[in-house]
Amino acid sequence: MATATKRTSPTAMAALPDSCPILDTDALIDDRGVSVIVCCGSGGVGKTTTAAALALRAAERGRKVCVLTIDPARRLAQSMGLTELDNTPRQVVGIDAKGEGSLDAMMLDMKRTFDEIVISTSEPDRAQAILDNPFYQALSSSFAGTQEYMAMEKLGQLRQAAQESGRWDLIIVDTPPSRSALDFLDAPKRLGSFLDGRFMKFLSAPARGAGRFGARIFTTGINVVTGTMTKIIGAQVLTDLQTFIVSFDALFGGFRQRSEATYAQLQAPDTRFIVVAAPERDALREASYFVERLALEDMPLAGLVLNRVQPVILPELSTETAIAGADRLAEANEHHLTAGMLRLHADRAKNGRRQRRLAESFCAAHPTVPAASVAALAGDVHDLAGLREVAHELATE
Amino acid sequence: MPARKPGRGDWPAVRLHVVSGKGGTGKTTVAGALALALASGGRRVLLMEVEGRQGIAQLFDTAPLPYEERLVAVAPDGGDVFALAVDTEAALLEYLEMFYNIRRAGTILRKVGAIDFATTIAPGLRDVLLTGKAIEAVKRGERSGEPTYDAIVLDAPPTGRIARFLNVTSEVGGLAKVGPIKSQSDSVMGVIASKRTAVHLVTLLEEMPVQETLDGIEELHKNNLPCGGVFVNMMREPRLNPAEITQALDGTLDEADIRAGVQAASLPSRLSTDKVVDALMTEANEHAQRVALEQTERKRLSTTDQPIYELPEMNGGIDLGALYALARLLRQQGAA
Repeated sequence: MATATKRTSPTAMAALPDSCPILDTDALIDDRGVSVIVCCGSGGVGKTTTAAALALRAAERGRKVCVLTIDPARRLAQSMGLTELDNTPRQVVGIDAKGEGSLDAMMLDMKRTFDEIVISTSEPDRAQAILDNPFYQALSSSFAGTQEYMAMEKLGQLRQAAQESGRWDLIIVDTPPSRSALDFLDAPKRLGSFLDGRFMKFLSAPARGAGRFGARIFTTGINVVTGTMTKIIGAQVLTDLQTFIVSFDALFGGFRQRSEATYAQLQAPDTRFIVVAAPERDALREASYFVERLALEDMPLAGLVLNRVQPVILPELSTETAIAGADRLAEANEHHLTAGMLRLHADRAKNGRRQRRLAESFCAAHPTVPAASVAALAGDVHDLAGLREVAHELATE
Repeated sequence: MPARKPGRGDWPAVRLHVVSGKGGTGKTTVAGALALALASGGRRVLLMEVEGRQGIAQLFDTAPLPYEERLVAVAPDGGDVFALAVDTEAALLEYLEMFYNIRRAGTILRKVGAIDFATTIAPGLRDVLLTGKAIEAVKRGERSGEPTYDAIVLDAPPTGRIARFLNVTSEVGGLAKVGPIKSQSDSVMGVIASKRTAVHLVTLLEEMPVQETLDGIEELHKNNLPCGGVFVNMMREPRLNPAEITQALDGTLDEADIRAGVQAASLPSRLSTDKVVDALMTEANEHAQRVALEQTERKRLSTTDQPIYELPEMNGGIDLGALYALARLLRQQGAA
């Protein structure tokens, strides 16, 4: 598909400035000391494709890989054998594995993952009561951040399964399509602190009968709060909520610990982050925030993958020169085809230079962050061959 | 309902334009351009964002927006675009004050974490507040016969969440069957599920965004939400005609003719004709592949009955000038 590009690639302008260190993706996936790679970035930048491509290449280079995807394109999912959302890793057939290399893939089912936690940590009756509660149902299917938390939870489970069974030695995770890349890091804390928060305890206190917290914290405030709550949301909702909290109470401590442990895993020495971006202002701004945040949290960054880069073929033919040439042909009213092609070149050169400037300013701001780029493909990636090509380009760029 | 100016374009009765789309499709840009287009001709439009990421401020190149309606742009032939970044917590406090006159209680609620609770989890409450704020802006001044805004443009959450975001009644209904929240959500639904609202979807001519758009349309219909237009964003300008595209795809472009063209274009002599021809042929082939894919996706989109608007890719990136150009195109196509 992109073979045509290869023909003239020696004269193509690099998407990244020379000063930018190169992200060696092969060294990364070959490193036996690395057992988890997290791909993150803002929505619509090709995280899933990057994760799947790296996973395939790693498997074909001999790693036993499991890739956790969140929301793959239908045809890409099908090509990996992911026809149903069953929350279980399935072997991907058709890979050209070296040695003991293998590739399993799975799609995250957020609600199911949450349900499984509830079931595995509660008595059957209590578990059912939780699963039936409207607040639980809302929390498990729509809380902003549940998906991020469950992705991390699932990563924790896979990592444990990998250690116990030896089935995988590398787990590659795609992160949920949130607006902001930082959501992935913040969501578990938010969910954890929320579930373990003062308000939850406060609400559950009257139902426990003693009013412990009320007495200690807000003797007068408590009536204002419950009064207001009743006024706004209605008594029935408050009752539902208190029932939910009480029945969920046993899980609270566990949740807090769980989310802290999951978060801590991301700082483990065998974990690496890849920040994925497209050469657009917003996506690179998010990537910048993420890079800074990872440094702050001591989470190891492998580098930046810049997707969908417009290659500038023959950079010495500038936008202006190409347009001038096309104008000359138009004036003479001849060679319409060549004039159109020159204008096409001008469009691409202009866009490519704009992207290059964006990449340059990212690299200037983060001079130590290694990066690799992938050219914009003419078509969508929806089979293993396409993934293989993306990974190859990532590795050889 | 008396508007300040009579409606025009394809959506004359619509006062609330909700703009959604897959991440990365340029939803905020389209919302901004639509607001400018709707404002042109001396109208007043409010552009709202609800995801707390200051996308509007970046788009219009202004300082971060406070929770306050501010003038951010003037349409070329008169007309104002105001912008508001809705902050959920502030909206909740405002709501408490407006309906219950209990701002003080709000402070206590915040102290115990109830505001956090209400705005992050209490299912649907956050959405009721955000959409409620938009409806409040729609209705403002209507009673006096002179609405404050001719139109509201809401830069809404992405397609995957849009039906749930807008369908506040059903979401809240499961929890609050009676009470003020219930009546508030009913009144919000009264506007959202009416002809005064249109939910527009932004897409690119790529597989996933198109799929998400088609799924989104189906979901909106299923939920009886008013589906608006499909905005195809970042379309490439056709530089070759259909016959040339076919030849470029097949690799049957007339190389000798192109060579003659390159020579006739009298490019600087430092450029080798061979290299230029080679580069142009490669680029034409890639372009043709992309165009073919876009045509396939365009065909899939045309299976919907929704009006389709097309916006070109801005090669220089999106700045204010580009935004005005997009707004002009939207008006020409009847979107505003």
